[in-house]
Amino acid sequence: MESSLNFFTGFKFQDLLFLGEAAVRTLLISGISIAAGTVLGVLFGWLLYEGRIFASATLAPVLDVFRSIPLIIQLVLFYNFAPIIGLSLDPFACGTIVLTVYTAALAANVARGGIEAVAIPLRRASRSLGMTYWQDMIYVVAPIGIRAIFPAWVGVALGVMKDSALVSVLGYIELLKASQILITRTQEPFLILAVAGAFYFALSFPVARFADRLEQRWSQ
Amino acid sequence: MIIVKELHKYFKDLHVLRGIDLVVEKGVVLSIVGASGSGKSTLLYCINALESIDSGSITVDGEDVHAKGTDINLLRRKLGMVFQQWNSFPHLTALENVALSPRIVRKLSRAEARDVAARRLEHVGLGDKLNSFPNALSGGQQQRLAIARALAMEPSYMLFDEATSALDPELVGEVLDTMRLLAEEGMTMICVTHEMGFARDVSDRVAYVHDGTIEEIGPPEQIFGEPNSEKTRRFLSKVR
Repeated sequence: MESSLNFFTGFKFQDLLFLGEAAVRTLLISGISIAAGTVLGVLFGWLLYEGRIFASATLAPVLDVFRSIPLIIQLVLFYNFAPIIGLSLDPFACGTIVLTVYTAALAANVARGGIEAVAIPLRRASRSLGMTYWQDMIYVVAPIGIRAIFPAWVGVALGVMKDSALVSVLGYIELLKASQILITRTQEPFLILAVAGAFYFALSFPVARFADRLEQRWSQ
Repeated sequence: MIIVKELHKYFKDLHVLRGIDLVVEKGVVLSIVGASGSGKSTLLYCINALESIDSGSITVDGEDVHAKGTDINLLRRKLGMVFQQWNSFPHLTALENVALSPRIVRKLSRAEARDVAARRLEHVGLGDKLNSFPNALSGGQQQRLAIARALAMEPSYMLFDEATSALDPELVGEVLDTMRLLAEEGMTMICVTHEMGFARDVSDRVAYVHDGTIEEIGPPEQIFGEPNSEKTRRFLSKVR
């Protein structure tokens, strides 16, 4: 007699493609969030630096909230809260917004650190040469500050890329969600999580290596 | 001509400058000497508006430095400044350090700016260091780089804020020689300095600043030979 009906099927080549597609989605959502979050973060970091008392009384506590609350809670809260205020957002949009704000909160303090890394006497020297505030910012503070905080920023970016796995709770089919789907079907968690891990590694490693190269070039 | 009138400056409760009057004519080399904390560096910072003032006025070629309508960035081009810390831009080569402001502030083309920079670096004896980064240069070389960087803006005046104070003793000479060269070429200079030898030999006038006021000003022969003020005499007997 034939054994009981089999609901499970093994890991197939198409599944690898399915995971690859999901990896692209992970790359997409984290890429957009990191880019937008960094731009916002630089703006916030500058406000924190220049705004002094006002910014530390208003902006800083808000950023602290986003930095301190676990991302998964922010995602679930925002996803359920958005319809209440009349926003109809799909999981991708929701995830992108939350990840962007989270990245911005982390990047703001990194960016402020970058501005602070440029000594005041050096900035006075550039102003004494007739540079305007923004010329000093663009040609002196930015290149020196970026070099100083680059490793910290890479840390933030790689962290956000990995944290983007949490968007899976909203049902967005990125790497982790895709893995869960496949595990349910194949009952081969070790294999599939190993493959998913390899995809994450493949996304992070080139970034880390590129960052190392860049740092080496700067420190010549 | 730089004219300082009844200048007062406070740092919170501290009355740093207490009514400074000073005229620096074109072509003059003025040395400002005095104890640390007497306000001489602050005076220099007020002249190019790196510090605000509380009352009085400073005019450079007839233009009020601290007036509301003054384009301070334009005015600062006339006032080259060299600091105690040489403040090289660490991410740029010597040539790029000097070429940066001619390019972005004076709006010269890249090639013109590099030309100007190369000439200025040769002028201060760094013609063989054009492509060196600051961290490969000695303190004395970096300070000469700072002088070249200020000169590349073609200033009418040069302000030196204790330009040799942070240098190792054996590196002081090369920077003083560069300053001496500028003086011989007729540059108008205001030098806050602790180098009494330089003040005596190179300056046309020497001002002794004490407690935020100019206690005595005159030719070096007077200040170092027969000062009128007892305070000047006492200060100079201590530093020599």
